[in-house]
Formats: sequence, structure tokens, C-alpha cells
Amino acid sequence: MESALKRSGLWLAGLLIAVLACAAAVDTGFAIHMGIVGLACIIGLIVTLRGLDLSRAILSPDQGRYDDDVIRWGVIATVFWGMAGFLVGLIIALQLALPVLNLGLEWTAFGRLRPLHTSAVIFAFGGNALIATSFYVVQRTCRARLAFPGLARFVFWGYQLFIVLAATGYLLGITQAKEYAEPEWYVDIWLTIVWVAYLAVFVGTIIKRTEPHIYVANWFYLSFIITVAMLHIVNNLNWPVSFVGSRSFPVFAGVQGALVQWWYGHNAVGFFLTAGFLAMMYYFVPKQAERPIFSYRLSIIHFWALIFLYIWAGPHHLHYTALPDWAQTLGMVFSVMLWMPSWGGMINGLMTLNGAWDKVRTDPIIRMMVMALAFYGMSTFEGPMMSIKSVNSLSHYTDWTIGHVHSGALGWNGMITFACVYYMVPRLWAKPRLYSLRMVNWHFWLATVGIVFYASSMWVAGITQGLMWREYGADGYLVNSFAETVLALKPMYFLRAFGGLLFLSGAVVMTVNVWRTILGHQRDEAPMRDAAFDPAKDRPLVAVAA
Amino acid sequence: MTTIVERHKKLERNVTLLGLAAFAAVTVGGIVEIAPLFWIDNTIEKVEGMRPYTPLEQAGRDIYIREGCYNCHSQMIRPFRDEVERYGHYSLAAESMYDHPFQWGSKRTGPDLARVGNRYSDEWHVQHLKDPRSLVPESIMPTYAHLAEHELNAGDMTAELRTLYQVGVPYSPDDIAKANDDLKVQAQADGDATDLKKRYPKAQARDFDGDPKRLTEMDALVAYLQMLGTLVDVNAPAAQEALAKEKGR
Repeated sequence: MESALKRSGLWLAGLLIAVLACAAAVDTGFAIHMGIVGLACIIGLIVTLRGLDLSRAILSPDQGRYDDDVIRWGVIATVFWGMAGFLVGLIIALQLALPVLNLGLEWTAFGRLRPLHTSAVIFAFGGNALIATSFYVVQRTCRARLAFPGLARFVFWGYQLFIVLAATGYLLGITQAKEYAEPEWYVDIWLTIVWVAYLAVFVGTIIKRTEPHIYVANWFYLSFIITVAMLHIVNNLNWPVSFVGSRSFPVFAGVQGALVQWWYGHNAVGFFLTAGFLAMMYYFVPKQAERPIFSYRLSIIHFWALIFLYIWAGPHHLHYTALPDWAQTLGMVFSVMLWMPSWGGMINGLMTLNGAWDKVRTDPIIRMMVMALAFYGMSTFEGPMMSIKSVNSLSHYTDWTIGHVHSGALGWNGMITFACVYYMVPRLWAKPRLYSLRMVNWHFWLATVGIVFYASSMWVAGITQGLMWREYGADGYLVNSFAETVLALKPMYFLRAFGGLLFLSGAVVMTVNVWRTILGHQRDEAPMRDAAFDPAKDRPLVAVAA
Repeated sequence: MTTIVERHKKLERNVTLLGLAAFAAVTVGGIVEIAPLFWIDNTIEKVEGMRPYTPLEQAGRDIYIREGCYNCHSQMIRPFRDEVERYGHYSLAAESMYDHPFQWGSKRTGPDLARVGNRYSDEWHVQHLKDPRSLVPESIMPTYAHLAEHELNAGDMTAELRTLYQVGVPYSPDDIAKANDDLKVQAQADGDATDLKKRYPKAQARDFDGDPKRLTEMDALVAYLQMLGTLVDVNAPAAQEALAKEKGR
């Protein structure tokens, strides 16, 4: 009772601060954001007063079960934000083909929706997938319940508030104008608090473990959490114009600002979208294949090589710019070297299927995982290639980069996340199986064909544009005006949008499948292979009182 | 190999050691690449003509940032024959030394804007922002007609310039104190901009949006676009000498 009172007091204090900040705000955007924060406090207050947050999981937990509440919410959030992010992606893809879809409104123009798309898919879809799977994996590989269950719930809801503030901010025009780091200073501070809590829950659970070893997936999760904290803090060192206003200025300018941003930007890819998702791979691929990881030594070597080398690769985003030449070359050399540890991860994942390759034919979830690893391998070969300065001189500033990013994001991050969702949902909601494995197969093909349309149209668009920009006639003059190169890409933009539509349709199929599985429905269909599951064994080890 | 596996067991059984080792591994690259940029002399070659943005230009830059123009337009010309012929002299590090944040961009869905200043008339820019396809039929740019309708609500420019001063932009106390007046003076057709131009060389003062009665967001954005790349005379002997010393590009 006392703690409920204390928590209500905290919510009231938060509400008071939000109302005061809203009243004193120097710009409407900040006022609206403080209104959203106030609303969140009111919801928290109501939940506390009605005693809803004192779930059995916190008060008198069943020590013989894993703490899966947050993971269930996280899976739903992953599916929801995935749908939102893919849909906005399709809209902006269509805007590039049909500019009338910008609607002439300031809130719906491409420049404001594009950060909404990138943040929704990376941080909302990917971030929720990482939080949910990391809590799932760390408990099961440590055979221990989550440490600090209250803090784990704060991590989840605090992260959702971060997403809502970031997303609404973009539509209102609140942005730092640094790619993948657009949220303004107060949202950044909030994320830092949430992230430290995340680190505490994760490390706390590892400390509680009953297994002697820390499993390899947890090395990747740990390095991802630590590195993202470092990158986020350094790249967002900003000075606000007013403490009750949204605008701030970064302390770094020009050349230094550019390198700090791409040191951040490239390692958002390297640690958020690679290390974290490799952690997912290291747990879920062996589980679904029912085989141990191919090589323990390879995992040691490629883990340390990957995290050490990735951080150097940022300058390849700044080839031939005003960044000093030595930094560019260093970035290029390390990017090429990065190819090896990246493929180490792919090999370790694929070779885990040794002796179980028949499952690619029979198990649609395995099929998704294999396709994810194949796209991971492809884009981690393409990346080092594009970081070579002479290749980059053609590819930079063109849609080739966009195609490269999406073969990684849709193929690797998307596919592995879908596979993990399909693995976890029946287990988390205690259902005998998914609503339909055949629909997983449909999802697989829609997504795969969608990615092929997307990536190949962007390759053609990028190389076309790069070559047209530098084309000289026999008279020694440039052949194409810029506008002509824009026109030439139009068919490719339609094809890309079609690929995006297929990918989104696949996600709709997944949403229906997950929804009906949670409801407990089972589609009447010819069976396909799935990994066996014994709920009796899915439990933490509990110390027996002596 | 066995020894590596054996030694690694220490890390695998201790989360503190594992976390510290991982953190050490990921800090090295950043320190080696980023830190030297702050003290190596040739990161930014000194060139004549660079100055901080006027309050009106800065307000225009805020709109450029707000609308996310960087998603489609770069401000960084690379040293290639085709780029130099298309956009002008390649960009120098010094030209973005007062940019908090930098706006080099990563994608050219539209053309580079690093030297777009004074290439087109104000009327062209206003018309193009209101309805891009009326001037460039192939364009896929969104329309920004609302900029001409919105009064410029830049907030307190004194506070903004003071913040920029705190992060290292060399505004004088005079610049900061007069910021709100400077903003209005620069956008007036018949204002007295002598003092402004003395403190901000090459500043262009006039009515930018074709509506002299109002100070709109269009005024600020066009003022910003019209000054991009106009400050440094890259063909001046001093600038050429600085460029000759620059290695590698």
C-alpha cells in the first residue's frame, strides 16, 4: 500500500512538472510534447490508483516461471510498430513516384515523414524486438528470472514514450537534422535514462544466473547495449536554446560534427542492427534447428573482431568530402576488413544447420532464418565493396545506398525478427502451436519477392543516376541536367514501391497469424515441421532451501 | 586455439570483465579517428570570408532543418570534374565550420545546394518552393506554399545566437544584443542595413519573398538559400593557396 502511495506521488510530481513546462513553453511543439508527457503521467496515475500495476509478477512472483509479461508486450509492440513503420515506408516510396501524395501539407511532406519511417523501423520495430528478445534470451540462457522486474516494466513503457515523442516530434518539425539521431535534447535525455535502466536489468539478470557461463548471445546483447549508450550520449551533446523549448544546437560543428554523426550513424547499424540481431540469431537459430551452434571458437573470434572493427568504419560515409583524407582511408580499410567478422557470423549461423538442412524444405521458420542470414551475408559483402573509395564515388548520394540499406534491413533485420516472433508467440502465450505455419510460408515468399523488387530496382536506379551525373558528351559538356536524371528514375521508384507493398502485405499476414495465435485459434491445415517445445523445461532453476 | 578458449572462460564467467573488455574494444576506433580532428591544424584550412550566419539566415536554416531538406539535398560538393562543373567549386571544410549541425547530407534526390546562393533569382526560389513543377516539370519535390503564408516566428534570436556563441560560433556581444532587430532589418526592402553589413560582410538585405508588407518563413528560407556558398571567394589567391596545401582530395 505504502509503495502504491509513493508511486502515485511520483506520477503526480511528473504531471506537475509536465504541466508547468507546458505552460512555460517557448514553442508549440515543446508544449504539445509536455502535454503528451502529462498524459502519460495521468495514465500511470490511474493505473497505480486502480492497483493494476501490482501484478502478481512483481508482488508475489511465481519463482518457478520466467518473467514474460514485458516480453509479451514487447512482441505486440514489435508487430504494431513494424506495421506502422512499413506503412510509412510505402507512403514515402510512393511520394517519390507521385509527388502529389505529399498533399501540400507541412506535416505530411517527405522531409518530415522520412525520419518517421527510419525511426519507426529501426528504433520502434527493431528496438522493441531487441528489448523483447533480449529479456527472453537472457532469462533462458541464465536460467534465472529478470532482475528488477519493476525496472523492466519501466524500460518497456519508457521506451514507448520515447518512440511517441520522437515520432510526433518529426511531424511537428522538431528535429536535430542528424540522420537516425533526429530527436531533440529532452527526448535524448529521456532515452538515456531508459537505456541505463535497460543495462541494469540486463546485467542484473546475468549476475543472478544459475549457469556458470554467459552464453554468446548475451555477449552480443551486452556489447550492443553498452555501445549504443556511448554513441547516443556523445552524438547528442547539445546545448538547448531554452530549457522550456525544443530547439538545441550540437556542440560539434562542420567536419567534427560530420564525423561524430557518422561514427554514430554507422554504429547504429553496427551495434543496433547487427550486434543485437546477431544475438537473436545465436539463440533462436540453434533452438529452431535443434542443433548446437556450429563453432564456439568462431563465435569468440568473430565477436571480438566485429565489435572492435565496426567502430572504425564510420568515415566511409564521408568519402571525398572535406573530412581529412587520412580519416577517409582509415575508414575504408577497416570497412573492408569488417567483411570477415561479418561473414564469421553468417557462417556460424548457416553451418549450425549442418545435418539439418532438410528443415529448410520442411520448416518455414528455419527458411526465414536462412534467408535472413543469406541477406546478412549479401549486404555485409556489398557494404565493404561500397566503402571502397572508387566505388563510393559512383554510389554515394544515389539510391544504391538506399537499396543496400534495405537489403540489410528488410532481409536481415526484418526476416530474423519475424522468425523470432513466430518462435516466441506460441511459447509466450502457452499455445500448442501457431495459428498457421502455412501463413508463415506465405509471409516468407511475399517478403522475399518484395525485397528482390526493392533491392534490384534501387541498384538499377542508383547506378543509372550515378552514371548519368558523370556522363560527358563528345563535345566535352555534361550530357544530363539534374532534372533529367530524376525523370529517368521514375519507373524504378514505382517498382520499389511495389516491392514495399509486397513486404507490407507479408507483415499483414504475420499480424493476422500472431493475432489469431494469441486468441488461441488454430487453422485447419496440413501440418509442417516446427521445433518441439516442452513447457515443463522452460523454467528457471530455483535454489532449493537447505 | 585451446589457450584462447581457456583464457576466454575468464571473461565468459564474469559479466564485469566482459562488459569492460567490450567497452574497451569499442572505444579505440573512435578515439583514434575523431579526437585528432580537434587539434590537427589541417582539419580546417583558414580561408577569407567565413562569418557566422545573420539572424535571418540562421532563422532560414532553422526552417531548412525543420522541414528535413537534408533528406534529399546535400551541401557537400566532391572534387570531381562533373560535380565541380555542375555545382561549382568543391566544398571546403571551413565553409561549414559554423554549421551546428553540419548539413552535408547523404542523398541527392534533389541537387546539391552548397553553392546555390545567387544562382537563381528570389522570384525563382519563391515560385519553385510554392510549386516546384511549375518551373521544373520533372521535379518530385513537395510543395512548400505554406512558407509564404506563415509569419516568421523565429522566437528570441538573441537567445539563439547566445546559445550558438556558447557552442563556439564567434558572435560579438553587439551581434547578440541586436539579433532581433537585425532579423527584421535584413528582410526589409527599404531598411538601413549599413550596420548589419559591417558586422556581417556580404550579407544581402532586401525583401526576399515578394511581399514587402510581411516577414514570412519564405523570407528567411530564401535568404538562407541565397547566401549558401557565397561567403568564400574560392578563386581568390589566398583561398587557392590554402587549397594547394590541402592534400589528398
